[in-house]
Amino acid sequence: MQSFTVHTGLAVAMDRANVDTDQIIPKQFLKRIQRSGFGQFLFFDWRLDPEGNPNPDFELNRPAAAGCSVLLARQNFGCGSSREHAVWALADYGIRSVIAPSFADIFYNNCFKNGLLPVVAEESVVDQLMQRAELGDYQLTVDLENYQLRDSVGLDVAFEVDDSRRHSLLHGLDDISLTLQQEQRITDYEAARGA
Amino acid sequence: MTEGNQAGGQAPRTMFQKIWDKHVVHQPEGEQAILYIDLHLVHEVTSPQAFEGLRLAGRSVRRPELTIATPDHNVPTVNRSLPIADEISRIQVDTLRENCREFDVQLYDLDSPNQGIVHVIGPEMGYTQPGMTIVCGDSHTATHGAFGSLAFGIGTSEVEHVLATQTLLQYKPRTMRLNVDGQLGAGVTAKDVILYLIGKLGTAGGSGYVIEFSGSVFRDLSMERRMTVCNMAIEAGARAGMIAPDATTFEYLQGRQQAPADMAAAIRQWEQLPSDEAASFDAEHSYAAADIAPQVTWGTNPGQVAPITDCVPDPAACEDDTERRGMESALAYMGLDPGKPLQDLAIDRVFIGSCTNSRIEDLRAAAQVLKGYQISADVQAMVVPGSGLVKRQAEDEGIDTVFQDAGFEWREAGCSMCLAMNPDKLEPGERCASTSNRNFEGRQGKDGRTHLVSPEMAAAAAIRGCFVDVREWDFQ
Repeated sequence: MQSFTVHTGLAVAMDRANVDTDQIIPKQFLKRIQRSGFGQFLFFDWRLDPEGNPNPDFELNRPAAAGCSVLLARQNFGCGSSREHAVWALADYGIRSVIAPSFADIFYNNCFKNGLLPVVAEESVVDQLMQRAELGDYQLTVDLENYQLRDSVGLDVAFEVDDSRRHSLLHGLDDISLTLQQEQRITDYEAARGA
Repeated sequence: MTEGNQAGGQAPRTMFQKIWDKHVVHQPEGEQAILYIDLHLVHEVTSPQAFEGLRLAGRSVRRPELTIATPDHNVPTVNRSLPIADEISRIQVDTLRENCREFDVQLYDLDSPNQGIVHVIGPEMGYTQPGMTIVCGDSHTATHGAFGSLAFGIGTSEVEHVLATQTLLQYKPRTMRLNVDGQLGAGVTAKDVILYLIGKLGTAGGSGYVIEFSGSVFRDLSMERRMTVCNMAIEAGARAGMIAPDATTFEYLQGRQQAPADMAAAIRQWEQLPSDEAASFDAEHSYAAADIAPQVTWGTNPGQVAPITDCVPDPAACEDDTERRGMESALAYMGLDPGKPLQDLAIDRVFIGSCTNSRIEDLRAAAQVLKGYQISADVQAMVVPGSGLVKRQAEDEGIDTVFQDAGFEWREAGCSMCLAMNPDKLEPGERCASTSNRNFEGRQGKDGRTHLVSPEMAAAAAIRGCFVDVREWDFQ
């Protein structure tokens, strides 16, 4: 897995609540059996009009959003379906971190398996970040090592991440390998249960 | 409820806590627990990359006998004897078949009488049992909590983790109890109860929680109706929903193919599961059954819901800025004006199906409404049974004839137009009364407009061509 330590990149606001995974990656793209190449389908129905042309009003289509890697969002981002394809699509598109007041549980979990850092920030902080992003070319630093969001105009906000998730992300560790280090415990558990 | 539940002088525990405690393999201080998984359900959409991961790492499935698979999400519901026309769908279903063969996983394939929606077939074959931990790469896994199990949806990386280790890494969620007491009115169903609760909690109100549904309303529900309730716990953002097992649960399991050989011994264990009387929850809310009317969603998430007697709400009356803009964009997408009575909304399509409402009792209830009527000439309606067994049972009871006589299409089992991965979908602008679980934009087809309702409400809407209050239905 790709590690995440400190990332500085262009932040773009998506000022909508309850963005669900059906919007992040519509179902017609879930038929693929690969794990890669989903970025082209990100927010497909919002990003493109029925003729397949970019919708100029959509946040990520604005010229100022080109090359963005930090997404600012509202509450309950990633709700709905468990499809990890949503995270694969964001990561493949180039998004390294999503900052929102809250995330849906399964989406939040899925991010950590794919080197993408979801940051829970107070609504007022998100408001502030979005205001700055609206001015254009807003470079935001997401620092997992120091639990900190900062920018060049004095922003310095702390955030929290669970220790084990942070550790895995900082070092790009694979959960399965970590669990298999405890394989004897699993075997003992099965034996004790008579399973 | 009894002293036996607190044997050993332990502190009172919730049902969730009892199941959690029993499945913790290892709990490092302050970190995620390694939680043992008793049953892993697999389908074609969220598993191919997980099996591929195993292959790349040279790993096997640790406990194939605790794993079952079926294709459901993108299977066609007509012409099952023909190959799947959509090549990418066919490859995905073929891939599931090959993976199950290679990794020795039990597959209920398209030609099996047991094929169906994974959350329908698990319970109906008796795989789903009280006290279990159950996962699936599908958010509606919460369904299985109806048996007093801890069941939740996971992503594909976690599917791979469970296949490889039969465990998951989990932080312990918080617990919430929702009490609904009293008696539901005639025509008010389990679907209306859960839509009402999601409306009260909001789509993120259950976030981080496992919800236990408690109170006389849930005790009085059948197992199939309890599954409808738990199924949609995720739509309130909850990790899982659960209902204490009781005589209704045990009776349902009796005689099912995968039920324990020694049912008496199993029941003695299961009787210990309900939350201890003095157990405390991190959050608790209570509601009265009498306040619940048949519900219809008007927006683009399941929390945007109202009683059938209401009108489309006015965003201008909403004080929260983000919420008001969400309402405005939902109404624009849905093509609705504030103040219009929900009962006046004309519909184009009706879908009865999905892991929420495709079981035999759902079909019976809808058929009761349809009997003696023809659907509106302006409506196209289909019913998709949740499994091959449900379909056969319905046909044995003559329910298929009731549907077909009324003008419904009678289909083969699958997820179908709940998420429209197969050819069953809405055309742009079409308005649909649907018994499914999500009314997100584009969920049933690009620019399709979904209103979530109970099977009874969907059937009545099909007849009238618009939403009606099924409490006033003239049954034939």
